[in-house]
Amino acid sequence: MSDWEETSPERLYVITGGRSGASAPAELDLVTLIVARSGPKPGMQPEHTAIVRICQAPLSVAEISAYLRLPVSVVTVLLGDLLDQDRVFARAPVPPARLPDRALIEAVIDGLQRL
Amino acid sequence: MDFNGSEQAAALERGPRSEDVLPETATAAVKVVIVGGFGVGKTTLVGSVSEIRPLTTEETMTQAGVGVDDTAGVASKTSTTVAMDFGRISINEELVLYLFGTPGQERFWFLWRGLFEGALGAVVLVDTRRLEVSFDVLGRLEERGVPFVVAVNSFPDAPRYPVAELRGALDLPEAVPIVPCDARDRASSRDVLMTLMRYLQTLATTQEAS
Repeated sequence: MSDWEETSPERLYVITGGRSGASAPAELDLVTLIVARSGPKPGMQPEHTAIVRICQAPLSVAEISAYLRLPVSVVTVLLGDLLDQDRVFARAPVPPARLPDRALIEAVIDGLQRL
Repeated sequence: MDFNGSEQAAALERGPRSEDVLPETATAAVKVVIVGGFGVGKTTLVGSVSEIRPLTTEETMTQAGVGVDDTAGVASKTSTTVAMDFGRISINEELVLYLFGTPGQERFWFLWRGLFEGALGAVVLVDTRRLEVSFDVLGRLEERGVPFVVAVNSFPDAPRYPVAELRGALDLPEAVPIVPCDARDRASSRDVLMTLMRYLQTLATTQEAS
């Protein structure tokens, strides 16, 4: 956990331009899969470049946070920018329901059985 | 706590190992939360079934209500960084299951925005030597309508109780499954997840019938 300590609140403030997670798109879940629309472009903020680079294949918001060692709320703010600029797209998680769809549960059971 | 720019810059160079890259066909993801006290084996369970080496994500938690409306109190507002381990299982070419292990300190479990929202369900991992850790969380999962099963991690020196006795001690309804497990064992951890899925299936069937 000490790995995280270099990420000071001041630095996080700079990365997001002082914006908090509250300004991030509400539809982004920890497991929303993010995919880049193209490669990184010159002149992008380093954090944006990093996200676009690792999202050449689908990656969840939680994984982006883990690899880049940035809090989830900071990642969602950055993703909000990239979504606005059409640089990435979000494959929404399965819509939360009170009780999940039976077909979905059956698919998970089938998958687990193959483990 | 000194900010180390070079280490942070190095983190921006990181990314998934080639074997951890999801296929282009992955279009949907679901999550299950593993809840339990410190040292109960959440990360062990996540690690034993995960296809990737467990990763750590973090979130900054702000103590709600402290100095929020008080401009003079901004500096004293306490924020804490909380870390959580998670793993991943590719269910099929389109669907991915993520497993999140709650951070050790119970008071953060329900403060983490978006952790339980949209989760298929939860596994409450218990250690029979410290059952009391589970009381509050069971109540709060029920309150939030998060379906859960209870898995008893079999520590060698932990007392073994019959399921009925545990059910009584935890004040759990008859329908909620309680299963023993060995979080170090892949098949055993997989079976815990299967128990949760079968329970969800039962709940869905019951709901459709009513």
